[in-house]
Amino acid sequence: MMIKTIFSGFGGQGVLSMGYTVANTAMFEGKHVTYFPSYGVEVRGGTANCTVVVSDEEIASPVASEPDFVVAMNQPSFARFQSILQSGGLICVNSSIVNTSAARHDIEILAVPTSELAEQIGSIKVANMVLLGAFIRASSIVSFDFMIKNLSQILGEGKSQLIKLNKEALEMGFNYVKE
Amino acid sequence: MKKQLMSGNAALGEAAVLSGCTCYFGYPITPQNELTEYMAKRMPEVPGGTFIQSESEIAAINMVLGASVAGARAMTSSSSPGMSLKQEGISYLAADELPAVIINMVRGGPGMGNISPAQSDYLQATRGGGHGDYRTIVLAPSSVQELADAVPVAFDLADSYRNPVIILGDGMLGQMMEPVSFDHIRQEKVYPKDYILTGAKGRPARKIHSLLFDTKLEEEHNWKLFRKYKGMEQNEVRFETFLVDDAEMVVIAYGTSARIAKGAIRRLRQENLKVGLIRPITLWPFPTNIIRETATRVKDFFVFEMSTGQLIEDVRLALEGRGHIHFYGRPGGVIPTPVELFRIVSRHYYQSQQVKK
Repeated sequence: MMIKTIFSGFGGQGVLSMGYTVANTAMFEGKHVTYFPSYGVEVRGGTANCTVVVSDEEIASPVASEPDFVVAMNQPSFARFQSILQSGGLICVNSSIVNTSAARHDIEILAVPTSELAEQIGSIKVANMVLLGAFIRASSIVSFDFMIKNLSQILGEGKSQLIKLNKEALEMGFNYVKE
Repeated sequence: MKKQLMSGNAALGEAAVLSGCTCYFGYPITPQNELTEYMAKRMPEVPGGTFIQSESEIAAINMVLGASVAGARAMTSSSSPGMSLKQEGISYLAADELPAVIINMVRGGPGMGNISPAQSDYLQATRGGGHGDYRTIVLAPSSVQELADAVPVAFDLADSYRNPVIILGDGMLGQMMEPVSFDHIRQEKVYPKDYILTGAKGRPARKIHSLLFDTKLEEEHNWKLFRKYKGMEQNEVRFETFLVDDAEMVVIAYGTSARIAKGAIRRLRQENLKVGLIRPITLWPFPTNIIRETATRVKDFFVFEMSTGQLIEDVRLALEGRGHIHFYGRPGGVIPTPVELFRIVSRHYYQSQQVKK
């Protein structure tokens, strides 16, 4: 089993930390994992993306030419990455600001009103974690229970005062898909 | 074994600290900036640790030379255009027989090029790079763990031969995060520093210089260096083989392209194509003998590199006309995929089978 996911959006929306959170969880679960960020001219407000590969065996390339999953936080990312998604692949979008009417017909779309859900728990800053919760529910790429249980270790030192808020956001997204 | 998720660049920095590196000098350049950033944060925590963001790459390599003259484990890092600037200093380090570790996270070139991963500095790294008749040991890791593991090896080789050692990575290895463990990395051996300049009080004076006006002395110095390099060629060759025993075609690739090749070979094996891999870990000294030995049994060699054909020169020299060399190169910062290489190698494989029939 080798699963390749691209996390994408505006710089500043937290797409790199979504990818990092999944990659770190997969590592603690004992899986092979690579995390490869887009680097260089990315700036706040520009576009950013990263590729996370989770596998049971050694990973040859951290690059995904045909990802299994795409998480798109904004419209340009949706347009760019839906076109390289594998046929039958799943794209999770922030439907608060992404219009999916031009989507391919051979892919599955999970639309989550990410910004509205994040505002319900009081901070648009955790919109990324809301969509991440929904993505994990839909993809089972890592164990959600394991992630929640070990969240402070996964997010690392310095984020300790934000654990509660992040947990709430992840659960909000996860439960949104459940319903 | 405690693992943490870390970028290749940061892992190089932590491994250097654990290997006893106390002096790091660097000038920023993408895609190796995270290493300089890591050292800026980490070096002040190291007893006697010095971090300097120099005014240029040329300054950084000369600071390394100065620290090495004083007996410190010193390191600098850069990426392709910056490495060109360091070559003069590396030549002086080699001439002065001073240990140093220099890291090059290669990007697309020539000139300013771009910031994407490439392998186009192969010839610069393996032929000395600067002026004069000298060589540097070149290590080519292919994962974040291997980057970390290469650092203590590089420092030990630099100290035992008193010679600069290059770690040749690329933008992908530097930027990519993978689980990495540092549990086994420590400075183990102590090397006699009977040449360093520490003030001559109570002992005869020493000097370290590369200016040898007397041609006889310079010639003898060159032969002395030559003998040292011969020793490296005999003792320091490192390589990895993967599924070579029954192979009908052997891919030769290093670093990032070697891990892409492994992915391609796993697919090729599923289709029952007998393809293996020889992966040079030291690019200089080059693993000539294993390639030459393999050529007694295998006729088809496939060189794969992220450049237009540099590694292929060493493969040609190793084969001395034996066998047939196939080639696939992607220069300019493109990262080829395992599926792409799978298609190319299988086409070459079938064509070779036809020729054999």
